[in-house]
Amino acid sequence: MTEEHQIDLGNLTAFDPNHRFSSLPDKEDLVKECIAHGTKLIQPVADALFNLPSTQDASGPVVSLPPPSTKLPREKPLPKPKPPTKWEVFAKKKGIQNRKKDKLVYDEQTGKWKRRHGYDRVNDDNDLPIIEAKMTDEPGVDPFAKIRSEKKQRVEKQEKNRLQNLKEAAKVGALPSHVQLAATALPIIETQTAPRKVSKDELQNVAGMAATSTASGGKFDKKLAGEKPPKHDKKYRKFLPVVEGSGMGSLEKQQSDKILSKLMAKNSHEIFNVGKAVDMYNAKSDKKRRNQLGKSSSSTSSKLKVKKSPYKNASKKKPSNKGKSK
Amino acid sequence: MLKSNTNKQSKPMLSIKTPKSLRAKRALEKRAPKLVELEKKTLILHGTKTSNTLNAVLTEIYHLKKDNSVKYSRRNDNIRPFEAGGETSLEFYSLKTDCSLFVFGSHSKKRPDNLVIGRTYDHHIYDLVEVGVENFKSLSSCSYDKKIAPLIGSKPFFAFIGEGFENVEELKHLKEVLLDLFRGQVVSNLNLAGLDRVYVCTAVGSNKVVFTHCALRLKKSGTVVPKVELVEVGPTMDLVVRRHRLPDESLKKEAMKVAPELIQRKVKNVSKDAIAGKIGKIYVPDQQVRSTPLPFTPKGVKRERREAKAKGDDKHSEKKQKKQKQDDEASA
Repeated sequence: MTEEHQIDLGNLTAFDPNHRFSSLPDKEDLVKECIAHGTKLIQPVADALFNLPSTQDASGPVVSLPPPSTKLPREKPLPKPKPPTKWEVFAKKKGIQNRKKDKLVYDEQTGKWKRRHGYDRVNDDNDLPIIEAKMTDEPGVDPFAKIRSEKKQRVEKQEKNRLQNLKEAAKVGALPSHVQLAATALPIIETQTAPRKVSKDELQNVAGMAATSTASGGKFDKKLAGEKPPKHDKKYRKFLPVVEGSGMGSLEKQQSDKILSKLMAKNSHEIFNVGKAVDMYNAKSDKKRRNQLGKSSSSTSSKLKVKKSPYKNASKKKPSNKGKSK
Repeated sequence: MLKSNTNKQSKPMLSIKTPKSLRAKRALEKRAPKLVELEKKTLILHGTKTSNTLNAVLTEIYHLKKDNSVKYSRRNDNIRPFEAGGETSLEFYSLKTDCSLFVFGSHSKKRPDNLVIGRTYDHHIYDLVEVGVENFKSLSSCSYDKKIAPLIGSKPFFAFIGEGFENVEELKHLKEVLLDLFRGQVVSNLNLAGLDRVYVCTAVGSNKVVFTHCALRLKKSGTVVPKVELVEVGPTMDLVVRRHRLPDESLKKEAMKVAPELIQRKVKNVSKDAIAGKIGKIYVPDQQVRSTPLPFTPKGVKRERREAKAKGDDKHSEKKQKKQKQDDEASA
């Protein structure tokens, strides 16, 4: 049993690849032996550790560990370096250095130190009492409004540039982690309402509907990972109960009556839909009454009267004579 | 005439969405991929059925890794790590809790006391090891002096004993996964007073590993290095490897990539001396005296020209007179 220790100091690990159990001892003894062997392995690691140069800290000696030698996989992909923004490219080309600005700036007018940004700042546009007119100024232009609109334009331009920089970064895959680029409404069909998000249930329903168009009704379609089988809430067949309860009319009679009337209705012109006839009569009489009232009270010219529908027989509905044989 | 823009394909407008509060921003930045990674979080959950031993195992693993793990208590029926479609739930939980390691426990007649330890890369399953737990001895069953009990979050020692860890592929994989699971944070500065735990893994046979967690006691010896003593404290279990899935080669290559900025390249011709400090060597190549192209500055020509002018003034003027005579003759 040659002892060859491989030590990974960065992970505080010791490996003994040459150990072999000649005979497996009992459960408890096995554990004890493992621990004893472990102690033998850990001692050299502790030796190496305590021999490293250490600095004294309040709680104890602090040692700087070397990086671990056993390589373990990352949990997330490597971050991609950010591409330089348009300004950064320009500044590098021209050799422009970035200078740090102070938070307080001396204001000559008041003789005080004012802050650069924020409340009561140095060169606030709103504080200008008088704007002197230049020779190039047009007469009807409001200089205060002009200043405000120019600032707004500058801000919009900056926002546009920022969006472009982020888009460039997103193309490479180096978008900063706290930023998301979201698509808003299309400019042509710009409606007030946001496009409705299709929910999971709706998508499942649509997928099920599409599946029924296949020859086998979508039963043997290849499913994606995580896709549930199509739902069929209703029963496939309806059976009449074996024993009829009290309070129900004869279900079998109703069932066969329904089928019979459907068959007969197509070919019979004697079957009379009482409900429909009553409704038609009522509608006709209502209309007549309204017209009479209208005629008696109206004083408008005939030109402004509502024209009758140009289509003939639009409101007339007779019982169907489709299947009538001549 | 009006322009018709029916055929124009305008690009969709994009808006920049940033988090509305600094707290949300910090949370997003914590989850972003980094050059040097922080410690991996673990997700502990179980499937349809668990046994008593398995429950105890899961709770003890959770206690061992208290500050960087999340334990789900409800059962998850639709998680089957080794099947093609059964890992979507796991990946979703990994994304939600930002955990890249998971321990999934389940119990069935075919696979009693089953633990699936897995890793994710970019929230997709990277690799899996399925082990069965036998001879489990819990934290509470060992009696020891409470003063040496290891604290949560201390960096552990590891001891891997046995040739199985080098020869058998499954045990090699298990060794890597166990190291990843219990390693904790990779630190460069370590306080030696805070070393208190050891994980001892012994390979017995070709598919069994005896896993023990012990407390470390450092005894005074004569030298700077203390004498190491292990006391069995925590859970002891036999792990029997059942199945495993190694990662794809391409995925493995991508996951093992180290950022080129972090690789320390050897600087040539620089050395450190204790007395003189940093010394650099400069190698001067031989001078090519004959073949070096010299700069062309015809400075010597000026004097020559001056002398020639002074001398050949008669010669030159003679020539001029001759030419003038010829011209006159020609014109006349």
